[in-house]
Amino acid sequence: MKAAPVVRFRLYVTGGGPNSVLAVANLKALCNTHLPKRHEIEIIDLLLHPNRALEDQVLLTPTLVKLSPRPSRRVIGNLSQEATVLLACGITATR
Amino acid sequence: MSLAVRRSVPKSLTGIDGLDSMTGGGLPTGRVTLVEGGPGAGKTLLALQSLVNGARQFNQPGIFVAFEESAARIKANAATFGWDLDSLQRKKLFFLDAKPTPDLVQAGAFDLGGLLAAVDAKARQLRAKRIVFDALDVVLTLLNNPDAERREIYRLHEWLLARGMTAIITAKAVVGGAPAQGSQLQFMVDCAIALSHHEVDGVSQRGLRILKYRGSEFAENRSPLVIASHGVEVAGLRQLAGGYQPVVSERVSTGVVRLDTMLGGGYYRGASILITGAPGTAKTTLGGAFVEAACRRGERALFVSFDSDTGEIVRNLKSVNIDLDRYRRRGLLRLTSARAGASSAEVHFSHIKQLAIEQRARCLVIDPLSAVSKQGNQLTANGVVERLTDWAKAHGITLLCSSLLDGLLPDAERSPVQISTIADTWIHLNYLVNGGERNRALTIIKSRGTAHSNQVRELVLSGTGLTLTDVYTEGGAVLMGALRWEKEQEAVAQRQRQAIESHRRLSELDKRAARLSARKDVLEQALESTRGERAALREAHVALDTARRSRDASLRNLRRADASPARGKKARS
Repeated sequence: MKAAPVVRFRLYVTGGGPNSVLAVANLKALCNTHLPKRHEIEIIDLLLHPNRALEDQVLLTPTLVKLSPRPSRRVIGNLSQEATVLLACGITATR
Repeated sequence: MSLAVRRSVPKSLTGIDGLDSMTGGGLPTGRVTLVEGGPGAGKTLLALQSLVNGARQFNQPGIFVAFEESAARIKANAATFGWDLDSLQRKKLFFLDAKPTPDLVQAGAFDLGGLLAAVDAKARQLRAKRIVFDALDVVLTLLNNPDAERREIYRLHEWLLARGMTAIITAKAVVGGAPAQGSQLQFMVDCAIALSHHEVDGVSQRGLRILKYRGSEFAENRSPLVIASHGVEVAGLRQLAGGYQPVVSERVSTGVVRLDTMLGGGYYRGASILITGAPGTAKTTLGGAFVEAACRRGERALFVSFDSDTGEIVRNLKSVNIDLDRYRRRGLLRLTSARAGASSAEVHFSHIKQLAIEQRARCLVIDPLSAVSKQGNQLTANGVVERLTDWAKAHGITLLCSSLLDGLLPDAERSPVQISTIADTWIHLNYLVNGGERNRALTIIKSRGTAHSNQVRELVLSGTGLTLTDVYTEGGAVLMGALRWEKEQEAVAQRQRQAIESHRRLSELDKRAARLSARKDVLEQALESTRGERAALREAHVALDTARRSRDASLRNLRRADASPARGKKARS
């Protein structure tokens, strides 16, 4: 586990909706637990940038996109199911 | 649009005539309409068509959100109906591909927030007035949670109402009518439409029923729906009053001179004519004569056959001197044949309508119409026939339909599809068997607004064409065919005999007159000579008398007598 790469996330949300708020919190908690110091999170509020929804084909919110390392992955939902997120993004859980 | 007169909620026309008449003017403006139905019922098509019509006919830009099919596929499907979406797309129509990707991973609850944000932006940009959410159930299923589904439906509904867009949401229906997901939708929306698709004896039958319409009257019964070559067609309401072309009293030839006479000049323009009869009674031939006459006048016509190939019709009619090929080549006439069992009555109707419009036909023949009521169509055929006659009338098309009748007897004069009551003119053809022959008899059973002949005529087909002949009645029995011919010959012979006889009598009388005249001359001569004789005699007598008197006087003078001459005369005589 040396020189593990930085994992870059982009999270699309819609303002302060309950799922959006939960997703942000869940993602931050997950990163702090499993990817301490090796993660980047970009949050895009589609209410402020609605064209991004069309451009990036993000229609269900919240949507989490793991941009790197490749392959990129998409997970939708408020990310409350942590195990699913980890599995989908190929992140090994730290004990 | 008889229902539209009442005050009700504002409505937006869908441009689908039947649906607009059933709803009395379209879907509720600024509100949500649910269209639900099973697979292949026409949900997507109906929704897309109303969106396209809105953009094209009513200048109302629209957005189509596709959850199930990709936007590209929907556009490709639409192209098969001749809708040019590309030209609309830039300014008036926007397709949003919202099909969830198959590899979608879900970790917790989600919502449609992103979609709505995107649609919102697009709607503002286009100034969209209409929107379709197609197959909403697909995305609702992903929520996998009844509470979440309800919440999202509610959110979507509120969002739509707040935007004031006229919306259509389509969703699948499970057997029994309720949509598989979110039957709550039915309660929430202002208008709900159910589409059905089932099979009767192997023929596909589609229907549309309005379940609810808040704040408006609507036609409650199921109405037939057809997916035709140019899109969805809904039967709609039958409208008797209004909408018709002005009634004309112009006559159009039947193609048979004597039949025109019997009908007082022909069929009425725009009338529907029914010709019934057993097989082989020349129904097709009468239809052919009618279109030929139309083409000869330079009118365009359409001949739809359900039992023969068009080539056969042309050939067969040529044998009775009806040349359709000439007009077909010039494009005045279009002949088409179809197999009755191949589609539902609704589909046939829609197809015929389309052809008639393309051909710009003023005269239309359907031969035989009874074919459309075959297998699986018995229930719908009557309605179709009614609408067909209404439609033809509304377009000023003179419609001639033939119909098979099983019975040969006049009391079986009842057509299988009950158009006999709708038809304006009903001509019945039957065989009369007499003297070892079958002959065709033609009767005008009814002809509205026409003082028509009540006589049965014999229809004679020959190489020179169609004609009607008088029938002889002898002792109450109608004579036709050879018997009529014999009777005719007999009459001719009798006339000849009479002519000879009178000629003979004439010359006889002439001779007698000549004889008498000769005798008259002789007698006149005799009379003349008798008279002459008498006159001479009389003259002689007078002379004699005078002589005697002068002699007597001389004698008296001689005798100096004064004797009375009378006495003397007497004495001497």
